[in-house]
Amino acid sequence: MKKLLVLGAGTAGTMIVNRLRRSLDEAEWDITVVDQDDVHHYQPGYLFLPFGTYSPRQITRSRHTTLPDGVDFVIGDVDRVDAAANTVALKDGRTFGYDYLVIASGTTPRPDQTPGMLGSQWRRSIFDFYTFEGAKALATALKAFDHGRLVVHITDMPIKCPVAPLEFTFLAEAWLRQRGVRDRVEIVYVTPLPGAFTKPTCSQTLGYMLTERKIALETDYMVERIDVEKKALVSYDEREVPFDLLVTVPLNMGADFVARSGLGDELNFVPVDKATLQSKAHPNIFAIGDASDIPASKAGSVAHFAVEIFTANFLELIAGKPMTGCFDGHANCFIEAGDGKGLLIDFNYDTEPLGGTYPLPVVGPMSLLKETRANHLGKLAFRWIYWNVLLPGRSMPVPTHMSMVGKTTNTPSTPTTVR
Amino acid sequence: MPVTTLNGQEIHVNEEGFLTEPSEWDEALATALGAQIGITLTDEHWNAIRFLRKDFAEVGETPTLRRVSTVGGIPIKQLFVLFPQKPAKKMAYVAGLPKPVGCV
Repeated sequence: MKKLLVLGAGTAGTMIVNRLRRSLDEAEWDITVVDQDDVHHYQPGYLFLPFGTYSPRQITRSRHTTLPDGVDFVIGDVDRVDAAANTVALKDGRTFGYDYLVIASGTTPRPDQTPGMLGSQWRRSIFDFYTFEGAKALATALKAFDHGRLVVHITDMPIKCPVAPLEFTFLAEAWLRQRGVRDRVEIVYVTPLPGAFTKPTCSQTLGYMLTERKIALETDYMVERIDVEKKALVSYDEREVPFDLLVTVPLNMGADFVARSGLGDELNFVPVDKATLQSKAHPNIFAIGDASDIPASKAGSVAHFAVEIFTANFLELIAGKPMTGCFDGHANCFIEAGDGKGLLIDFNYDTEPLGGTYPLPVVGPMSLLKETRANHLGKLAFRWIYWNVLLPGRSMPVPTHMSMVGKTTNTPSTPTTVR
Repeated sequence: MPVTTLNGQEIHVNEEGFLTEPSEWDEALATALGAQIGITLTDEHWNAIRFLRKDFAEVGETPTLRRVSTVGGIPIKQLFVLFPQKPAKKMAYVAGLPKPVGCV
C-alpha cells in the first residue's frame, strides 16, 4: 500500500485530498490528512467580520464535512518531519510513514515577533483581522471608535492575501463615512513597500483610490517595535506613527514544525521549484498553498490553480513519467473598495494586473482594475463557490493558467524615480 | 525596455532606472549606480550588495530586508543607515536587481 500524507486541511490540503481521492485507487493508495483542529474557516470572510457583514456562523464548518470518504483525517499537532526516514511525528507520540508528503500548513500571523505588539494594548487598541478571534474583537472595537487616528499597518512581506489590508482600509473608510464620523477620523496606511500600489499599471490606475478617500500613506516603513506607552509604531529608522486604533498585519510565518524539521527558509516557508511546487531538497515532498516560498501571492486562488497543476503532475510522477504541468503563479483576487463596489485583479509570476474584462472579452461580466458593483457581488458569491465548488475539488469555469484574453495591454506606465 | 548609457556602458533599464538584465551588472557599474542616488559605496555597502547578488543567484528573488538581516547578517537598522529612507529599493537598484513589489 502506498501512502500519501498531507499536513494541513485548509484550502490547499482539502482540495488536494478531494481531487486525489477520486483519481487514486483505494486498493493501492492510503490518503491521510492531518490538522490541529476540526474547524475550517472561510478566511476571506474575516475581512467582513469587523463590519458585521458576515456572522461568525457563516464562515466556519467542520473539516469532516469538507473531506471525502476514503481519507483518514487525523487531528493532532505535528512535531516534526523526518525527511530521511519518510516519517512524520505528532506531538502526542503518533508517527506516520509516507511515500509522498504534501506540506499544506499555510502561514500564520505572528504578533509575538514584534516587540510590544502583544503587550497591554493587544486587542485593546491593537488588533489583527487575520484570525477569527482578532476579527471578532475588532468588530467590537470599531463599534466604539468614533474619532482619532486609525492606522492600518503591514509588518513585512510576504503576507497572506496581500490586498486585504487595502480592502480593510477602503471598507473602514466607507463604514466611518456611513456612520457620519469620517471627518473626525484620520486614516493612515503604513506599508514596508515603496507604495500602496507598486506595479506600474496599478499605481497609475488605482493611485486615486487613496487620495480621493483622504487616506495618508507612510511607505518604506519597517516597524522595529511598538511603544505601548505612547501608542505608536516605531520604525528601524526611528519614524514614529501614533495611533488610537491600530489594525496591524503581524509578521507572517510558516508552521514551526517546518523549522524544527529543517525544511524552511528564514520565515519557515518551504523552498520549492516554483513551476512544480516540489521541494528543492526532497523530491517526494511538495509544499502547496501559503506554506511554500514561491514568489506568488499567498492566496486561495493561487492555492487553487497550483493544486490543479500539482494533482495532474502527481499522477504523472507516480506513473513514472516526467511532470509536465508548470504553475505560472496565477492569482485572481477580488478587492473590496467600499460602498458596495469592488475590483478584480488577474495576474501571474510574469504579468502584472492589467485592465480589461474577465473571464470573457467585452462582456465580462467582471471588470479588471475597475470599481464595479458586479465585482463586489462576485466577491460575495464566492463564499458559496468556495464551500461547494472549490473545496470539493470540482472544476471552475476559468482557466488554470492566466490568460491574456480580455486584458488591455496598451496602458502606458508613469516614470518615477528611485530617489 | 529603454536602453541607457551609464559609466560608458549600455544597459537595459525599466522606467524607474532598475536594470532589467542582471547579467549586465558588474562592480564598476554598481559604483556608478550608487553615485546616481548619492551613495558612495563603502565596505559595508559592498557586504550588503554582494549578499543580494549571491542570494538572488541562488533563490531567484531579491531578498527582503529581513532576509538580508537574518541570513546575510546585517541588522535592518544598519541597512537604513547605509541606504537611507528606502534601503530595500536602493540596495536593489545598486545591485542591479528587481525592486521589491507587492501584488498590485
